[in-house]
This record gives sequence, structure tokens and C-alpha cells, in this order.
Amino acid sequence: MSAEETLVRVEELRVHFPRRKSLLGKSPEPFRAVDGVSFAIQRGTTVGLVGESGSGKTTTGRALLKLAPVSGGKIFYDGTEIGALSSAAFFPWRKRIQMIFQDPYNSLNPRLTIGRILDEPLEIHFPQMTVAEREARCADLLCRVGLSPDHLRRYPHEFSGGQRQRIGIARAIAVEPELIVCDEPVSALDVSVQAQIVNLLADLQAELGFSYLFIAHDLAVVEHLSDWVLVMERGKIVEQSTPEELYGDPKHPYTRQLLAAVPFFQKTV
Amino acid sequence: MGEDPARKPDYDAEVGAFCWFIWREVLTTGAMSEGPLLAVEDLRVCFRSGSEETEVVRGVSWSLDAGEILAVVGESGSGKSVTALALTRLLPPAPACVLAGKIFYRGEEVLGLPEKALRRLRGKEIAYVFQEPGTSLNPVYTVGFQLAEAIRRHCRAVRDVKNRMVELLEEVGIHEAASRLESYPHELSGGMQQRVMIAMALACEPRVLVADEPTTALDVTVQKQIMDLLARLRREHGMGIVLITHNFGVVANFADKVAVMFRGEIVERGPTAKILAAPQHPYTRALIGCIPRLGQRRERLVSIDRAEVGR
Ligand SMILES: Nc1ncnc2c1ncn2[C@@H]1O[C@H](COP(=O)(O)OP(=O)(O)OP(=O)(O)O)[C@@H](O)[C@H]1O
Ligand SMILES: Nc1ncnc2c1ncn2[C@@H]1O[C@H](COP(=O)(O)OP(=O)(O)OP(=O)(O)O)[C@@H](O)[C@H]1O
Ligand SMILES: [Mg+2]
Ligand SMILES: [Mg+2]
Repeated sequence: MSAEETLVRVEELRVHFPRRKSLLGKSPEPFRAVDGVSFAIQRGTTVGLVGESGSGKTTTGRALLKLAPVSGGKIFYDGTEIGALSSAAFFPWRKRIQMIFQDPYNSLNPRLTIGRILDEPLEIHFPQMTVAEREARCADLLCRVGLSPDHLRRYPHEFSGGQRQRIGIARAIAVEPELIVCDEPVSALDVSVQAQIVNLLADLQAELGFSYLFIAHDLAVVEHLSDWVLVMERGKIVEQSTPEELYGDPKHPYTRQLLAAVPFFQKTV
Repeated sequence: MGEDPARKPDYDAEVGAFCWFIWREVLTTGAMSEGPLLAVEDLRVCFRSGSEETEVVRGVSWSLDAGEILAVVGESGSGKSVTALALTRLLPPAPACVLAGKIFYRGEEVLGLPEKALRRLRGKEIAYVFQEPGTSLNPVYTVGFQLAEAIRRHCRAVRDVKNRMVELLEEVGIHEAASRLESYPHELSGGMQQRVMIAMALACEPRVLVADEPTTALDVTVQKQIMDLLARLRREHGMGIVLITHNFGVVANFADKVAVMFRGEIVERGPTAKILAAPQHPYTRALIGCIPRLGQRRERLVSIDRAEVGR
């Protein structure tokens, strides 16, 4: 893969959170949620990210959208170092990079209808679209994630967990971004709807060249979608390689442990 | 069912709490009543907004014995969470949401109980791990504050609350438990929030645990630790567990029986091994066929055509 295809390059990324001061006033060491992480995402490909709960996966993903306080390292997006950009200068990237949030509840404004939630980013980023065009686009998006256009008038609390997760997915793909950070995007879905969404993400990649950072706990789904897989443990990447190699010949003990816990009926005979 | 009605505690009287305590002791010390711990009979739930009316749970029945794990699986949006919330009437009040059917907790119908009596059941007798973290975790209080409150409210017998909190967090696999007590929910990872909610639900060893997708944010190793913990509680304390999940690995390893939901109905039920090995209903068969396997790189995953499996 040549260098000009690289969409995202992360170098020695660090995100440290301050700990609360103890009563004696000595400031404690900060908590190293992400501690020197480096990887790259090629345009039009998927990088899977797996790892222990609390190992820093979400924080890494959020850092790519400037949603986490970066304390060290660099993030290059299409050659530009985004860490140094002011929020005004970062504005165009808000369309190019989207995130599907791990918690579908807190990420949807409870006072807006689904129609409004999907329409808003379109209105901001596609000023040339007419109201009718936007409406048609929203209805189409809902169908693609397995919901119905009737749902446009409903509010977030009137949906099931998996339905809300799919609204978050529809919102992320609505603006046709280049990169989507997918944080556990299918964890609340039954295996059939999960397959539908995974196929949709693959189709969008083939049609429109989307790239994904795909965070998930289901190793079969990660293997299915990813061109490259990262394994995180305690803020560090402990192993990274192609899925064939990682699953065929895991090197790090944590990776081995993960694979050993895959239930028998998910293994091919 | 089949109990002497005269021995039922009088909820509305102030002595209610005391009677309830005695009643509970009588039942735990061997005089366990016949019949299931928790039973749902022909439950129907209908949501109304304006002139629109949608029946999202359409005649669901199941039962749970003490020490049993019932897995509820099925389509996203099929009414699993709504059924769980209905168990102690946690759904929106009357005009917006109408409930019909019966729910028996240890032989006593609970849907008709006054709110005060239901509050006594919730948390202490029937504890929840909600699918939505925001339902149980308040963003403005620390984890320690919320956990302490759960312990104080439901089990006053615990003396050393701080100790108990640390013990609970360690049981759910949270490292540096003591320092985590000072964290706010947003400072925890998704999987840690989920585990704090599990710890809160288990704080007082409820008789029934209703766990709605409790392991979605957990990696396979932590997931196993949590499920082992639940399995131990049901073995040692006879806790009954209603486990709503999309994860067939968890179902296969831990559930005694399975109920499969599709479009507001239970389309199939039975012992776990039987449902997984020889599913009868077309939806169940199709669903099991959709489980992704290792080694399917870049193949198209199978999903269900709803029109084909519905009747
Ligand atoms: N705002 C914050 N303040 C303090 N600590 C934080 C904050 N956000 C995250 N952390 C800590 O950083 C660590 C990594 O969290 P992160 O959410 O990235 O984990 P994760 O890998 O996504 O885990 P999960 O699989 O459970 O979602 C955790 O220990 C968490 O407590
Ligand atoms: N407050 C509400 N008002 C109107 N409809 C609702 C409300 N809450 C849920 N519903 C609808 O009821 C149906 C059942 O929802 P429920 O949350 O029980 O699904 P579920 O089986 O738990 O799905 P998931 O696996 O996605 O969590 C869904 O179609 C949902 O849209
Ligand atoms: Mg996370
Ligand atoms: Mg649900």
C-alpha cells in the first residue's frame, strides 16, 4: 500500500485524564487511558479494534474526532495534522469524519424527532439540497437500516435499544463521510439485523469508498469486515496484523485468551 | 397461587413492611410455596400516541423458577425490553401505555398492586440491569454515592457500606475499585458502566434479576467473569434470572431455557439445548442461521427476510 492512500495516520497518541487530588494535596499521576498508540487507516479499508473493556478503544476513537483531550502524539488526516487545528478550522472535518457512538441513548437529542435528528446534519453540510430531497434521503436512510419512514415523526424514547442504535448509524452515514468511527455499532442488534448492518457498511465501502475504524467485541464480525486488526490492552496496542494472521496465529497472550473464549458454534469446523 | 390469602401481607398498612419481612423469612426457611418464582400470563402492552395505537407485546407468557436462568432472545424491537419493564410496571402511565394480562411474583399478582407496594418489590426483590445506562446511572453523582444509596435503601443490614461497595465492584471485575468509587459515570468506559449497573442490581441479593443486555459492552473474557458470577448467585442463593440477550454464546453456556420473541409474540420456547440444536419455528431457524462464524471473511452475511418467516 502506497503512502498517498493513507487516510489517517496516528502517531504515539496519548490521552491522559487527571486523577482527583487526594486530601493531602499531592497531585497523583494522571490516568493513561491511551498510552502511545500508533496505527494507520488506508482509504477505503476497515481497521478493526478489539480489546479488554476499559482498555481505551472508545477514547482512541473519540480522539480522531477531537472529542478527547489529546495529551501527546499526532493525528494526521489526509496529510493535515488535525490536533493543531482550531475548532473553526476543524469544521469541514466534521462532515468528513463521523462517529457511531457506543451509547445510543446519550447521543440522540431526546427533544428532537428522528426526522429532525437525521435532517439537521444534511441541512448543515448540504445547503444545496431542497427540503423534499432531504426528506426523501432521510426516509431512504431509515429503510436501509431496517426501520420504516413512519418512524420519522417519533422521538428517541419511543424506540427499542437496537432501533436507537440504528438511528445513530443512519445519522452517521447520512452525510456520506470519508471515515466513520464505529464504536460497538452492532452490539444491541439481533444477529439478523446485525448482518444487515454489516452488509450495509460493506456496500457503502464498495460504492462510496468509506473507511472505518470498527470497534467491537464480536471477533467474528471484526474478522469479517476488517483489513487490519488492532488489539488493545491497558491503553496500548499489544498486537496488530491482518485478520488471517491474527486469528490464525495469535502472538500476544491476551489475543489468545480472546480467541479461546469464542463459543464453539462460531468456529468453523 | 394456592396459598392461604389470609397470610398475605397487608401492603397499605404501616405494619406491611414488618409482615413482609416475616413472610419472606417464612418462605426462605423451607416453606417455599409451590409454583414458579415469577410468571407472566398473556401479557399485552399497547402504546398510544394521538390516535395511533400500536400493540407491541401481544400475549406473552413465560415462567421462571428459583435458581433458573431464562434467556429471552429475538428480533430487535420485538418487545423484550417492554416485557421486562412491565414486570414491575415501569412503563409510562395509563393513556400513553395500556397493560393487560397478569404477572405473578411468588404466587401474588403484582400488576394490580398499589404503587407503594411495587416500589417495595423493585430493587429489593426484583432488581434490574437496564438496557439503557441512563435509567440507573445518574450523571451528576459519583459511582460510590449511587452504589451506597442502593445498598442503604435495600439492605439496611449491611454495616460497612464502603467495604461492601469495593467488594461488589471487585466481583464485577473493576480494577482499582476503591478509587473508581469517586468517578462519575461519564468517566467510565461503556463496559465499566455496565458492570457498575450489575453491581448495583446485585447489591442486596435480589430474588429475581432482570438483566436486559447486560454484557453488550464487555469483551469475551470479562463477559465470562460476569456470567460466572450470575451463575454462582443462582446456584448459591437460588436467584432467578431473566436474561435478555442477542448473544448466543451466552445463551448456550448459561441459560436453562429460552423464549424466542418475534413481533411482540413468543414464537418458540424450550430447553436451551433443544432450541439451539433443533429449532422448530421458521424465525428461530433463520435467526440461528444468521450467527456469524469465524472464517467468513468478505462473504455476505446472511440476514432474515421478514416477510418469509412471518405468518
Ligand atoms: N472523561 C474521562 N475521565 C477520566 N477517565 C476516563 C474518561 N473517559 C475514559 N476514562 C477512562 O479511560 C479508560 C478507557 O476508557 P474507554 O472508554 O476508552 O474504554 P473502552 O476500551 O472503550 O472500553 P469498553 O469496551 O468498556 O467500552 C477507562 O479506564 C476509563 O475509566
Ligand atoms: N415509549 C414507547 N412509545 C411507543 N413505542 C415504543 C415505546 N417504547 C418502545 N416502543 C416500541 O415497542 C417495540 C418493542 O420495544 P422493545 O424495547 O421492547 O424492543 P426489544 O425487543 O427490547 O428490542 P431491542 O433488542 O432492539 O432492544 C418497538 O417496536 C418500539 O419501537
Ligand atoms: Mg468503549
Ligand atoms: Mg431492548
